[in-house]
Formats: sequence, structure tokens, C-alpha cells
Amino acid sequence: MQDLLRRYGAALTAAFILLTGFWLLVLVILPNITLFEASFRPYLPVVDVGGPRDTYSLNNYAKILDNSVDGSILGIPVHMPVHILTFLLTITYSALVTILCFCLAYPLAFYLSKVVSPRSLPTLFLMLFVPLWVSEVLRAFAWYIILALKGPLNWFLLTLGLIDAPVRWIAGYDGIIIGLVYTYVLFMVFPIYNAIQSLDTNQIEAADDLGASWWRIHWRIVLPHSKPGIASGAVMVFMLSAGSLLVPSLLGSPNSNWFTQTIQQWMLESQDWNTGSAYAFMLLILCTVFVSLVMRLFRVKLTDIAK
Amino acid sequence: MSAGIDLDNVCCDFGSFRAVDHVNVNIQPGEFFSFLGPSGCGKTTILRMISGFTDPSSGAIRIGGKDMKGQRPNQRPTALIFQNLALFPLMPIWENISFGLEVRGVDKATRRKKADELLALVDLPDAGDKMVSQLSGGQKQRVAIARALAVEPSVMLLDEPLSALDLKLRQHMRAELRAIQKRTGVTFIYITHDQGEALAMSDRVGVMSQGRLQQVANPRDIYNNPVNGFVASFVGENNILPGSVQNPGAGIASFETAIGTFRARLGDQSKGDVKLYVRPEHMTLLAAAGAENSVPVTVADVSFEGNFIAVQGVTANGTTLTAELRNDGSATVPAPGTQMHMTFDAARAAILPNTTGA
Ligand SMILES: Nc1ncnc2c1ncn2[C@@H]1O[C@H](COP(=O)(O)OP(=O)(O)OP(=O)(O)O)[C@@H](O)[C@H]1O
Ligand SMILES: [Mg+2]
Repeated sequence: MQDLLRRYGAALTAAFILLTGFWLLVLVILPNITLFEASFRPYLPVVDVGGPRDTYSLNNYAKILDNSVDGSILGIPVHMPVHILTFLLTITYSALVTILCFCLAYPLAFYLSKVVSPRSLPTLFLMLFVPLWVSEVLRAFAWYIILALKGPLNWFLLTLGLIDAPVRWIAGYDGIIIGLVYTYVLFMVFPIYNAIQSLDTNQIEAADDLGASWWRIHWRIVLPHSKPGIASGAVMVFMLSAGSLLVPSLLGSPNSNWFTQTIQQWMLESQDWNTGSAYAFMLLILCTVFVSLVMRLFRVKLTDIAK
Repeated sequence: MSAGIDLDNVCCDFGSFRAVDHVNVNIQPGEFFSFLGPSGCGKTTILRMISGFTDPSSGAIRIGGKDMKGQRPNQRPTALIFQNLALFPLMPIWENISFGLEVRGVDKATRRKKADELLALVDLPDAGDKMVSQLSGGQKQRVAIARALAVEPSVMLLDEPLSALDLKLRQHMRAELRAIQKRTGVTFIYITHDQGEALAMSDRVGVMSQGRLQQVANPRDIYNNPVNGFVASFVGENNILPGSVQNPGAGIASFETAIGTFRARLGDQSKGDVKLYVRPEHMTLLAAAGAENSVPVTVADVSFEGNFIAVQGVTANGTTLTAELRNDGSATVPAPGTQMHMTFDAARAAILPNTTGA
């Protein structure tokens, strides 16, 4: 703050603060408060809005308990309300996406921060970033094409003789998982890269010198050190996946349903913004609770992540 | 168990830069050997080659007579103590110390017992459950030593382990390290740029400059009989006088300089340019001229250094010479401006090549 004042003078500093305040208040806080308020009111024809029937209740939130159906989560048969099933499937597969992202990102981050020579680093980073220049819609469509039944991936695998018949990639949740991993893996790579980067290479060498095998070096030295980075990457990937709408819409199959799609159906197809808002807030709150529980389980604190 | 180490014509190149240049030395089992040299002379590189983190470009390294070519660091009977210690900050002290045993599949109770024994050895009992960040610099130092000793290495490699400590602690740790080495009988290879440290602790010292080993000898010989100007000036102070040898031969020779002709021990002359080196503590101040090796000077400056008094004299042609007098009351301290004579014993002065022996 003092620093800002000294560097830019009073007028510019005031402008910065006002703009940031405006952004926070008008573009983030106000819309959310409006939706939050709306989520407790019933969906009414315009003439009744503000009338005697327009009262606060938890009815919109209770709608999630309607319509029990049979389904299965990871092969376990269940019988529960359809929207709760969708929600559980959403966080289950988001967690799976998070784990897959970690499995891909950790070796890559380690390679980038400790193995490659610093001179080739800028090129490698550029190669990682280039896909981000293309819009998310185009990237999702690209995967739609790659994964199509008669698409290049099946053609390639068939030509190599690795498969006998084309694989239906976009079936169940497979397409969504592939798409989400592709879209969000970098959000896992960079926090872990930063964390491993800050590890003194001498510690790795010291463990090596004491006779540790490479997996023990990772298990005892590198992984514990990069825990805050892994945690922040995992929180980001999980939240972004659970909140993604584009990828599930484009790469979903007839028998997949993401919770954001349910919210979209309430808002756009049923025109019921009130219930849609209620569902959106339930998604936010339940995901936050889930993430906090997992963080407690792995003994990570929020302050570690902020570091 | 301790092992000897042979470095046989070892070179190490980084691109076109030769960091270590044809180093040959045989280190005895159980010896305390120091590599001494200025920053950037290749000391750490030698240690990294012995421990296996860097491969020599040419030459062979043998530990206990066994060629180490192709052996990974975790297969060598060495333990390295890093310049910055590299303790594991997320583990308590006892786990740090017993990490090498954990790797070897030793059960937890035995590990804890061994860690406590080692903590007692390095005089840090009860520190086992603390974290690294709770220890002082000297205590971390000891933990690093204990961690290295835990794997019972035949050779300990220490990279300037005391450089981060303050003077008092450094002196204390010198004695401590020496005692630990004697107690365990392990071969110690010690790296330092501090000549006092090297001379005080080592059985033998190897002085290095620009990747080359200049001289390997016991501390006394390094100080009293340096082979060249680099060793003479890196280890201790000198009055250095350029000039030329008058009657070349073995033993004592005459050396003509701008301030007179002196007699001194003649070192290796084959390397070209030579200079006369006289240590300040071998200079004596006399009121009248001495029999030989005597120069008239005007006392310019007297500085009191505690255990000695440094007297600077200027000769007729403006050359400054320094004499150090012991502060034991035996010598009278002259006042600046006094006319005196500086003299030295021919056996205590040396005519040495000033090149680094390329
Ligand atoms: N990995 C490397 N790549 C290129 N040059 C290197 C590398 N490691 C060391 N060098 C160079 O080799 C020379 C010797 O380095 P080394 O670390 O052995 O010096 P040192 O004697 O230990 O110095 P210090 O007392 O400062 O620790 C230095 O000039 C250094 O720049
Ligand atoms: Mg070094």
C-alpha cells in the first residue's frame, strides 16, 4: 500500500483501489448477492413477483431431494434422488480428474524444475502455453473430433494394430474426463513446479548419497516438500472441473450428466432462475466442504497453500 | 572401517573450461586430508567426483583400491557433508540422522536407538525430537555430521562445513571434528579456503590453484617449505622481493634485488621467474646492521594486533617490508620514524618460482 503510494502517487493509487473495489463489488459481490437472495424465493409469473406468494423459503433447495432413481457410482448400484446422484457423480469424476492431473503433472513438474537445463526451459514453457492461446471451445471441439468413432485416434490405433475395432471414446463419462484433464492439467503443473523449484537440489543429492532409491527420494523428500503446491493445484483442478460446463456439454455422452448441466437446465430450459441459483450455491458450498474435508485428511492448511 | 583414496590423473571439464586439471594424490586410510585453495579452484568439483555426483572427464578414482567408475553415489562407501548441510527440514532430527538406516530397511526402534547414540557422540543429547529450524548453526553442523556417520562410511567428505559459523564456534568445531575423526577412525577429506583450519586439523594438506594441485604435504612443510609462490602467499604472509639468482646451485644461493643482495634457500628454478619470500615473523628488527641479509629501514607504521605487533619499514628506494614481533615483552617496539635494520636468517627465506607450476 505504502509502496503503491510512493510509486504511483495519490491519484493513480486511488484509481487502482476504486477500480479494484468496483470490480469486486459490482461484478462479483452484487450479482452473487442477487442470485443468493433469489434462490430463497419461489419461481413466479411476473405479475406475482412482490405479491403475497413471494415469500422466502428453502423450497428451491429441497427440490434436490425429488425423484429417486436407480443408478450406479463407479459400479456400485445406488438408489437416490436423481440430482444428488448427478452431484455425487460430478464430484467423484472431478476427484478422478484431479488424481489423473496429479499423475501427469508431478513427473512433468519434476522434470521441468530439476532435470532439464535452464536454457531449454523457456522453449518448453512456450510449448506448454501455446494450447492456451486457442479458445477453450475450440480445444474441446478438437477433442470431440479426435475422439470420434471414425476419428484420427481410432484410425491411428487401428493402423498400428493396437485395437481390433474402433473404441467408442465418448461413452459414459470417458470423454468428459479426457477433456477436463486436458483442459486443467496445467493448473496442476505450475503450482507443483513452483514448489519443487524451491527445493534445494542438495537435499535430493544428500538423500541419494545416503543410499536412498529414487522412489524413496520422492516419497520422503520431494513429495512432502511439494505438498502445498499439490494441494493448491488439486483444489484448483477440482473446483474448475466440478464447475465446468463447456467440456461436459461438448464431450458428454447421452448417459452422462454433470451437475452444472442440471443448473443450466433449471436456468435456461425451465427459465427457473430461482431454483438454478439454489443449485449453484449448493454446488459451491458442498464442493467447499468436500475440499476442506480432504485437506483436513491430508493435513494441509490454507495458509500453506497461500505461501 | 576406513578406506584409502587414489586420485589418478583426474581431470574434469565443464565445456571448454577445465575445473580440475590432472590431480594425483593418494590419501591413506584413516587420514585427515584437506584440500585448501581459493574460491573457484575446483575443490567442490573434486569432492563431487569422489562422491559420484560428477564424472571425471579422464583419470581414475579408486576407493579402497576399487575403481569407482560407473558407481552411483548411493553405491559408494562415502558420505558427503554439503557446503550448505542440506538437512531435511520436514523431518525431526532423529529421522534426519537415521535416514540412511531407514533406506537400508532398519526397523524403527533400532533406528531411534542408533540416532540417540550418534547424538550423544556429537554432544547433542535430547535434540532427537526437535526440528531442524529449532537448532543453531553449530548444532545443525553436528546433526549433519551425525547423519553422515550413521551410514558408517569408510570415507567422510566435508565441503567447507564450518564456513557459516562464527569464529569462536568455528574454533570449537575444529577441535570437535578432529576428535570425532580420531574416535571413529574414518578417512576424512576436508575442503576449505581457510588456511588456519586446514593447518590446524589435517594430517596432510593439498593446496590447489586453478584446478591444479600445487603441493601435498603435512601442515608444517606446507608452511615452512612451500614449493612455489602461490603456496607461500596463500598460506601465511610474506615479504616478496623480485630479483635474480646470482650463483645457481643447490642449497643456499645469493639473490640480487633492488634493495640489496641476500642469501636464501634456493627452490625450484626450472619454472622460470623466481622471487624471494620472507615471512614477516622471520624478520628481526635491530638497531645496528646485522652480519648478513640486513636492510636499513625507516619505521613507517606500527600496528598492534594482539598476539603480535606488525612493524612496517620503508627502505631507501621506497620498498615496504613488514616484520612481526611477538607481543611477549622481549622486543622493544620502535616508534614511527626510527631508523632501524631489518634482517632475516638465510635458512628461513626462500627463493621460489612465482608461477603456479603450470
Ligand atoms: N556444473 C558446472 N558447470 C560449469 N562450470 C562449473 C560447474 N561446477 C563448477 N563449475 C566451475 O568450476 C570451477 C570450480 O568450481 P568449484 O565449485 O569446484 O569451486 P570451489 O573450489 O568449490 O569454490 P568455492 O570455494 O567457492 O566453493 C568454478 O570456476 C566453477 O565456475
Ligand atoms: Mg565449493
